[in-house]
Amino acid sequence: MTDFENLKQIAKQLRREIVTMVYNAQSGHPGGSLSAIDILTVLYFGGILRYDPKNPDWEDRDRFILSKGHASPALYSVLAYAGYFPKEELLTYRKTKGYAPDGYSRLQGHPAWQHNKHGAPGVEASTGSLGQGLSVAIGQALSLKLWGKDSRVYVMLGDGEIQEGMIWEAAMFAGHHKIDNLCAILDNNNLQIDGDVREIINIHPLKEKFEAFRWNVIEIDGHDYKQIYDAFIRAKNTKGKPTIIIAHTVKGKGVSFMENNFKWHGVAPNKEDYEKAIAELMA
Amino acid sequence: MMTVIDIKNAPKKAIRDTYGEVLVELGKMDPDMVVLDADLSESTRTHKFHLAYPERFFNAGIAEQNMIGIAAGFAYTGRTVYASSFAIFLSGRAWEIIRQQIAYNKLNVKLVASHGGVSVGQDGASHQMNEDISLMRSLPNMNVIVPADSVEMEKVLKKVHYIKEPFYIRMGREKFPVIMPSDYEFEVGKGYTLKEGSDVSIIACGVMVSIALQTAYELEEEGISVEVINMASIKPIDKELIIQTANKTGAVVTSEEHSVIGGLGSAVAEVLSEEGCNAVLVRHGVEDRFALSGPAWEVMEELGLSVEGLKSKVKYALEKKCQK
Ligand SMILES: Cc1ncc(C[n+]2csc(CCOP(=O)(O)OP(=O)(O)O)c2C)c(N)n1
Ligand SMILES: [Mg+2]
Repeated sequence: MTDFENLKQIAKQLRREIVTMVYNAQSGHPGGSLSAIDILTVLYFGGILRYDPKNPDWEDRDRFILSKGHASPALYSVLAYAGYFPKEELLTYRKTKGYAPDGYSRLQGHPAWQHNKHGAPGVEASTGSLGQGLSVAIGQALSLKLWGKDSRVYVMLGDGEIQEGMIWEAAMFAGHHKIDNLCAILDNNNLQIDGDVREIINIHPLKEKFEAFRWNVIEIDGHDYKQIYDAFIRAKNTKGKPTIIIAHTVKGKGVSFMENNFKWHGVAPNKEDYEKAIAELMA
Repeated sequence: MMTVIDIKNAPKKAIRDTYGEVLVELGKMDPDMVVLDADLSESTRTHKFHLAYPERFFNAGIAEQNMIGIAAGFAYTGRTVYASSFAIFLSGRAWEIIRQQIAYNKLNVKLVASHGGVSVGQDGASHQMNEDISLMRSLPNMNVIVPADSVEMEKVLKKVHYIKEPFYIRMGREKFPVIMPSDYEFEVGKGYTLKEGSDVSIIACGVMVSIALQTAYELEEEGISVEVINMASIKPIDKELIIQTANKTGAVVTSEEHSVIGGLGSAVAEVLSEEGCNAVLVRHGVEDRFALSGPAWEVMEELGLSVEGLKSKVKYALEKKCQK
């Protein structure tokens, strides 16, 4: 039985790490990191993803790709807590100096693949230019399947991100090829940089779109641990189709003044806001 | 004798701020103008036009290829179009559509890119576009302009608005020192000599122009006389001025916040070698590598895009010249 209360505590710590990383760098993207973190917490710490932090190249591991790469603070904090690298390294996020072999940081503004010379262990693909991660995930999933692995590939997309045409080219391909070891998660927080996704370019209805592209669609509350967990299990048990979990989330979730406010997409908090945020996340 | 510009105390302004302001001015005069963006309108400053003329502004969302196709459609029907995003997504993601529609048909579209070069800083290599001048310069019919400061940006926009051809105009993210004289007139295909000198010439564009000037003043104190040319118009390029300065000093250093492959350095090299010019050429810019995350000026420093970095290139060029 999965301990959801424990996951909640972990997510709270990770939220503090996210806000601290962005504050420390005075740069980065808190909003979309905070909306995504509950889902990543269940994926990495709820027994869904198969991985070994001591062996990041383990052949039989599952993969996770953060297609919305700007949410790197969420990914990096999860990888540190999972044991891929020390938590202290989180403070090298967006800094020039760090722990790469050449003395630069491995925690680049946007994730770099673990075998990139500035990449961090546990990062399965370089992202940051939106719209590319789903195709990369398909390539990995197909490759693993064809070469006899039972590994699964997870990929997280932003709701603004899926305005990119490449996403729909990928969606068509995955449905056509029935790639059932692939699970996409849509962080549906309703906001992008310039405002509300429904006002900039409306992506809805989503369920019908993905079903028309031959996907299995599951809709959940992306901050409800049990719903997240159950969705991953259902995805795993779905054969003959790729699955997309449409997770309804709140951008900036957990820090009251960041919630549902697009201004906090890519802005670092000042000292006062930082202290306010941490106080809320300690409570 | 040219006036000495006090770069360290010069006022600073982001070129993109000027872009937003001038767009609004142009929009008032020209009812046939439309502006497009792809979910970065606050960063590129097209949101100023959006606020002023909401009915002539379209946000494509995060869909750069589609934005360029739509820009082409507007231009086919006779409108003057401005389309903006970060340099990486505008010139990179949408390149082939730019080629087929805008360049091939010589459409009246101004591609105005913000966040060019490594001074994007903390977003890191994924967002630092050091190959756009190269990509755009190789397209037939495409003009490529890299203004040095906000004064020049205003002059550029007010000139090219009336030239019904494709333009790629590249801006940085940061605030640059304002160095161009207010009575300066921008001409497509013309460079501008900011400082005269006799030992070596620096031909620069963008933010590197102010860094080149600073470098020249400091080298002057070491007894080295440096000529500084602002080559904002990279395509077409001012062949005459390049040859003239190369013949005068016998040593040319190009300086750009861009890869040393394919950009200003390559354009100057093409002129010098084809014209059989005997001058030494050294290219200063981003070496053949990806950059990294970090505060903008720290990253510039790391890559040698600094007064110190440029000085050592100038000295290297002088050494080569003496060996000749
Ligand atoms: C191809 C591309 N275009 C533009 C950007 C700039 N950009 C970074 S984040 C973002 C908005 C993303 O919105 P969404 O996908 O909804 O992410 P979230 O709300 O989860 O942060 C944009 C436009 C980019 N990174 N890549
Ligand atoms: Mg969003």
